[in-house]
Parts: sequence; structure tokens; C-alpha cells
Amino acid sequence: MAESKRQNERLIVLLIIGFIALNYPLLSLFSKVKLVFGIPVLYLYIFTVWSVFIGCMAVILEKKSSSSLMNHLPKSEKSE
Amino acid sequence: MLQYWVILVVSFCYLGILFAIAYYGDKRAEAGRSIISNPYVYTLSIAVYCTAWTFYGSVGRSATTGAGFLPIYLGPTLMAALWWFVLRKIIRIAKVHRLTSIADFIASRYARDPLVGEIVTIISVAGILPYISLQLKAVSTSFIVLHTFQSPSHIMPPTGSIWSDTALYVALLMAVFAILFGTRHIDASERHEGIVAAIAFESVVKLIAFGVAGIFICFYLFAGPSELVYDAVQSPQLSKLMKLETLPGGYASWFTLTFLSMMAILFLPRQFHILVVENVNEEHVKTASWLFPLYLLAINLFVLPISLAGLILFQGWSVDPDTYLLTVPLYADQQLIALFVFLGGLSAATGMVIVATIALSTMICNDLVMPVLLRIRYFQLRDLRDVLLAIRRGSILGILLLGYAYFRFIGESYALVTIGLVSFAAAAQFAPVILIGIYWRRASRRGAIAGLLAGFAVWIYTLLLPSFAISGWISTSILDSGPFGFKFLEPYHLFGLDMFDPITHSVFWSMLANVGFLVGVSLFDRQNAMERLQATLFVDVFRHGSIDTRQWSGTTTVSELKDLVARFMGFNHANKAFAEYAAKHNIASLNDVQADANLVSFAERKLSGAIGSASARVMISSVVKGEEISIEEVMNILDEASQLIEYSHRIEEKSRELENATEKLRAANKRLQELDRLKDEFLSTVTHELRTPLTSVRSFSEILRDNPSLDMKERQKFLDIIVKESERLTRLINQVLDFAKIESKSAVWTRDSVDLNKVIMEAVSSISQLFQENSIKLKKVVPDESIFVMADRDRLIQVVINLLSNAVKFCEPGIGRVTVRLSASAGNARVEVQDNGPGIHPDEQELIFEKFHQLKGLHDEKPRGSGLGLTISHRIIKHHGGNIWVESKPGEGAKFIFELALTDTSQSS
Repeated sequence: MAESKRQNERLIVLLIIGFIALNYPLLSLFSKVKLVFGIPVLYLYIFTVWSVFIGCMAVILEKKSSSSLMNHLPKSEKSE
Repeated sequence: MLQYWVILVVSFCYLGILFAIAYYGDKRAEAGRSIISNPYVYTLSIAVYCTAWTFYGSVGRSATTGAGFLPIYLGPTLMAALWWFVLRKIIRIAKVHRLTSIADFIASRYARDPLVGEIVTIISVAGILPYISLQLKAVSTSFIVLHTFQSPSHIMPPTGSIWSDTALYVALLMAVFAILFGTRHIDASERHEGIVAAIAFESVVKLIAFGVAGIFICFYLFAGPSELVYDAVQSPQLSKLMKLETLPGGYASWFTLTFLSMMAILFLPRQFHILVVENVNEEHVKTASWLFPLYLLAINLFVLPISLAGLILFQGWSVDPDTYLLTVPLYADQQLIALFVFLGGLSAATGMVIVATIALSTMICNDLVMPVLLRIRYFQLRDLRDVLLAIRRGSILGILLLGYAYFRFIGESYALVTIGLVSFAAAAQFAPVILIGIYWRRASRRGAIAGLLAGFAVWIYTLLLPSFAISGWISTSILDSGPFGFKFLEPYHLFGLDMFDPITHSVFWSMLANVGFLVGVSLFDRQNAMERLQATLFVDVFRHGSIDTRQWSGTTTVSELKDLVARFMGFNHANKAFAEYAAKHNIASLNDVQADANLVSFAERKLSGAIGSASARVMISSVVKGEEISIEEVMNILDEASQLIEYSHRIEEKSRELENATEKLRAANKRLQELDRLKDEFLSTVTHELRTPLTSVRSFSEILRDNPSLDMKERQKFLDIIVKESERLTRLINQVLDFAKIESKSAVWTRDSVDLNKVIMEAVSSISQLFQENSIKLKKVVPDESIFVMADRDRLIQVVINLLSNAVKFCEPGIGRVTVRLSASAGNARVEVQDNGPGIHPDEQELIFEKFHQLKGLHDEKPRGSGLGLTISHRIIKHHGGNIWVESKPGEGAKFIFELALTDTSQSS
């Protein structure tokens, strides 16, 4: 239960970060005619944030080994 | 330009394939080997979100607003982060209560009130009609383009009479298709595995079609996306698309679209159906949460390049940007690619229409028609299976015809995207009642009704009404000067709010009204028992999920119940379900037995899957004689059960604590035994150590006493030995006392700023005698300036002496060399004592700081020390917060090092 709570907290923080990154005013910083690697900088920014967001979500949700390990941690913390 | 018959044959073949897949999926499901029970099919089926709107409309929107198409896909991506705990909860609730549509879900949360279900159904139908019409428009437009497009200067033929309108036939075809797919039989769980399989397949097709068109346009028509972008940057018109300034409504609109699509991905009836009702396993949500956003990302990669290509190629001509995906390949004379793109669009449209109409028809049947029908005596006793199917088929046909009507009379005057957003805004009205409802117990039935109605009313007034006005149904004066000349009631600028675009404006007011009424009314409302029960069951679903909340105490026979279920689901189906129930509960035969409460609630759940929870309740109460358990009693059962769970949690907690305590006790006991053993060892070693010098003192004294004739020289020698041995004895006793003091922590420590330089000098001078006696060379390497540490001076001297005398012990007389080195670096003072003795084996390096540890195998003679020197040094250095260790390789001497933190004064100097 404790681990799933941590997972939820991480997901909520991720959502907030994503929402801020993909809205005004951060978005306005990239609203200009400029090419980086031949890609308009606005699109490069949005698609990069998008991919990173997906990556983070995959890591948070699919992390299995550590979650089983974490499940044992609270017990040992109590015993100390 | 493609011939009619080619397009038609290909389309029908494609639909045939879909039907085959659906058929196969159903067959496999019946055989118990589901093909959709994996997260990937689930993810692909969610992609029914990407409709013909995505397919054609994204390119169109991108061509006019640049990045403006993206929020529709960023919203679901962001929302997916919440799926794992919001969507999973909704799925769990729906599974526990057998809820089969969003209307059923909301109604069930708010006291199973049929009125709530009716409102939700009406909002859904009104909200989704535009969306369905949008799909019809997309398919018929793409069909016409594919058939007639010849050159960019070509102008689309105007729509003629109804009978020559392709959209009508598309609508009818889709109705047939949805009916064939979705209403083949009435199923208790309202799940359609075959359809999900077909939808997943369609999602693959549309992704590939989009990708093929994108790659063709980017890499064959142009020399890659960067060339396209480069061309676009040259044109002042096109370079605007790289910025957000072209977005109508600006950043507020961007925000609204993100918000709307966040809500739409969960609460559009078809998304709810796919995500919740068709979900096989909650665990699939985990993978879908990141895989679905990846799908969205992939399908959007080529949108901008395609729209730029269209804008560059068709510069100066009026080609509808919504059709670029078809017209660009056609322009390059690639009819095969255009045909494939058309199939992709057809996939997108049929997928959406099938799922949406099935979801809506279920709602219309279960939440709108059945409650009314069941009140009519005539229907209460009949086999209703055919009636149910007829209602559903009729409503599918009705929805599609209404959609067509909307398209015919209103849709023409709008772009694809705007129509879609109107639907999104309607679906968002469900968000507060669900999201607040599953987390806030006090959200009440009256609050939900008020919120839904208020939000819906605002939506109609600010979005639907203006669309009637724009298409000429009512006077447009309402848009300019408000109804009856009330300027402050203008639909697009309610109360004079004129800073937003129409969608943002409508979303703001409708959400304000919706949430405001829901929360406001709930705060001042008194919930009745039924409301409280349902609210508790929903909010605490993860706690109460397994608790049986049967609500029937009356009696009925099994056969009566079975007949009732059979009337809605067919005789075979009912037989099978009851047999399964008997097998599961180890009941030999169910015939002519009194049905127990469990069986009654089982039948109710089965029925609620087929006809909705409200109607199921009515039907069950018609056969169960006797009293229904009062809701208060159910609440009590619930409370007791949750108390029991609470107790068992607490007991578990206690036993875990006990286990921990036992573990700790065991460890402490072990440690005590170890200490006891150490103490014995200590005593025996100390006595042994004391006895050796004592023995020699005694024996030499006896020699002196018994032999008075010994000459002076001998006598002198023996006396020397006696003195030396007594010195050793004194030293040993001193050390033992010292050690005992340090160990018992009763030693008194002083703490001054001590100059290590002087410490070493003093230690060296007091031990120099020993070096001379053994003829061992001592070298001192110290810096000129003083190095200060905070320490007990005498103890530090003791440490250095210990280390030095230790070094002497292990050096060969004559060739021995000992170096003592002092240095300071990085806030630490470092003292090294190096010898060139035999060195210490790595295994022993850890042990030498332990009590009475004496190096083995080096010297067979009597031990050369108490074995306490290094231990005491170790304790002293540790007490000062420093570090002591040894570095050595056998045969190359040993280096003892200790480090202490510098005081500030020496650091600055």
C-alpha cells in the first residue's frame, strides 16, 4: 500500500510538471520562427516534453523489481 | 480520380475483414480463449479516441493554426498519468456493481436514481450527435474527394438532394454495421470482445495509413521533412505556423483544449465504454497509461509536414485543408496511397461510430426506455429479449439518422474541429459528478442533478444555440445583441465576458455552473440512507469491494428467478449462468429450491448488466416476495464488515509488532552471550598476560634469595630483568585500567586545540630510548607550521607512542626503519607511522584493532605486548571522531594511519 501511494504521488507530480511545461507561459518561450536540427523549435520542444513524459510514466509504472523491494522496507524501518 | 466501383469494392472488402475479425474474437471469447485479454489490444482499442477528426481534421487545423491541433492529444497524455489511480478505481467500481455505461455509473453513484441516468443519457445523446455527424461528414467528403479530385483548381460538387447524398448511405451502412456488430445478443456483462478486436485492428490500420501517407509526402514528394520546413520558413505566411500566435483564442484556448481533451479521454461515452466496460483486467491500465500516449505521439508526427506540404503545393488554390491527406497523394497521382488513406479514415470513422452508437444505444435502452416500459403491465410478464434488441437496434439507427440530420442542416457550416469540440464540452459535464462523486462521500443526488442540468443548460445556450443561429435556423441577431435585446445575455459573451473564444467561454461558464451547483447543493443537502450507502460503496470501493451487500431478505424460488433472467437474456444464457453459479458455490441442483439472498443478488447483477441497475432492481422486486432489507440494515452490515476488516488489520499490525519485538529480543540475547564470552576471554587473557611477567619476577627473585653467592654482575642482570618485568607489569595494568575506563565511558576527556607537531615531538622523545635499544632508525617528516586539532593531548601522545612501539616490535633490530609523517589536507590532519617489518596479512588487517589480538605466525616467542595498545588507540581516535586504519602488504612493512578533523584556526593559517 505504501509503495502504491508513493507511485500515485509520483504520477501526480508528473502530471503537474507536464501540465506546466505544456502551457502558458513556458510554451510562449518557444513560440518563435527558429529551426533547431531543421525542426521548428516549438514542435521540437513539445514533442521532446511529450516523449520524456511518456518515458517517465513508463518508468514509474513498470518498475517492478524495486517496488517489491520497497514493500519490505517499511517493516525494517519500524523495527529500528 | 478513382471509379465508384473500385472505392466501393475496397470499402466493402475492408468492412468484411473487420466483421471477420469481430466474429473470430467473439468465437474465441466464447471458447474462453480471449484474444483481447492483453494490454496491447486494450491500448489499441483506446485509440478509438482518434477518429476521422484526427485523421483529416488535425491536418486541416494544423494548416490554419499551426500547433493548434496538439492540445487534443496532449490532454489525454497528461490525463493518462492519473489513470492508474482514477481509472482503476472507476473500473473496480463498475466491475463490482456490474455497471455497463456512463449513465448507469453516475445513476448508481447517486442513489440509483433513474432520473440521474435519464439526464446523463440525454446529455450524451445531445452531445455526441454532432460528433457522429462529423464522422459522416468526413467519410462522405473523403469519398467524394477520392472520386472526383482531378486538379487543385477543381471545385467540389455541391451536395444535391438527400437521395444523391453519399453521407446518407454512409450513415445507413454504418447503422447496419453497428447493429450487426453490437446487438447480436444481449449479454450480461455488455462486453463485446469481437468489437474490441476489430477496433484494435482499425487502430493499427489508421496508424499505418497515416504513417504511409506521411512518409510518402515527406520523403518522395519532398526531400525530407527538413526541406519542407525550410521551404515553409521562407514564406511569411507559412512561417507563422511555427508560432502560437495563429491560435484563435490564444493560450486560454490552448489551456481549454488541453482540459477538455483530458476530460474527454475518460468521459466521452465511447471512451468510458472502451476504457471501463470493455476492460478485461485492471492491470492492463498500467501498460496502456504510457503506451496509448505513445500511439498519440506517433500518429501526430507527420501532421505538420503534411499540412505544410499541402499549403506549399496548393498555394493560390482553394483546396480544403481537411482533405490534404487525400488530395496531396492524388495530386502526385498516387491513387493507391490515396485509397489506403481513405481506408484509414474509414477505420477511424467506423470505429468511433460503432462504439459510440453501441454505448449510446445501451444507455437509451437501459436508462431511458426500460424504466418506462417496465412500468407498463403488458411488458412486465413478457419475454423481453426481442424487445430489448429491437430498442437497441432502433436507437442505433435513430442516432445515426439524427447524426445525418445534424450534418445535413448544421454541420456544413462548421469545420471538423469545432464540431468535435462541442461534443467534448458536453462530455466534460460528466467529469465533476464522477470525479467528485468517487472521492467525496457527501456529493448528493440533488447536487448531481442540479450540477448536470446547470452545466448542460449553459452548454446548450453557449454552444448549441449559436450553432443553430449560424446555420440559419434561428435569427443570428441573438449572437449580436442577445435574446430580446438583452445585451448581457449574448451566447458568446455571457454577462459581457468577451476575452475568450466561444469554446473557452462555454467551458468556463458551464464548468462553473456544474461544479458550483454540485458542490453548493451537496453542502446544504441531507442525504438519505440509500444515497449514503451508494456513496460509501463507491468512495471506499477498495475497502468494501469484497463485502457482500445483499439487500434482499424476501423469498422466491430458483425457477422464478431463472425465468426472470431468461426473459431478458434468453433461456440458454440464463441456464448457463445459473449452472455456473451452482458449480461455483458447490450446489448440486438449483431446481425448485428456495433462492437464498446470494442467488437473488447474483440474478440482480446479471440483470443489471443487461438492462441497467435501476430496472434490474424493479424487476427483482417484482418476483421476490417479502420485505426488502432496509437500507439502514445494509449500512449496518457494511459498518460491521468494515469494522471487522479494521480489527483484523489491527491484529495483523499487532502480530507484526510482536514478531519484530521477538526478533529484537533474540538479537539482544545473542549480543549478550557474545559479550559474556568476550568478557571471559578478556579475563583469561589478562590473567595470562599478568602471569608471564609475574612468574619471571618471582623466579628471578627466588634465584637471588636462594643464591647469596651470586656475583655482582649476575645479580645486577637479574635485578634488571626483575625491574623490566615489573615495568611491563605496571604498563599492562595501566593499559587494562585505561581500557576499562574508555570502555565503560567513565574516562575523562579534555578537549583543547592541540598542535600535532608538538604531540609527535613529545611522543618521539619519550620513546626514543626504545628505538636506541633496538637500534632501529626513526625518521620524522613533519611540516614547519603547526597543525591544530581539537583533542585530548595526552591521549593523542599515547596513540602515537602506541603506534611507534608497535612498529618497533615488528622491526628487525639493526635494519629496522620507522617513519612518522604528519600532513594536512582537505580539512583533515593525517599521521602515518610506517615500518619495514614483515607486514600484515590482509585477513588480519581488520582484526588487529580488536582486543588482545596478537599477530600469529610471525614470532613464536612470548607476546610482545598486551594486545591492547592498538585497541586503545582505535577507541581514542574514534572518540575524537577520526579514523584509524592500516595499509599493508605482507613482506613490505605496514603503515598505520589516523586522520583527525582540523580546527578552523589551523585551516585558515
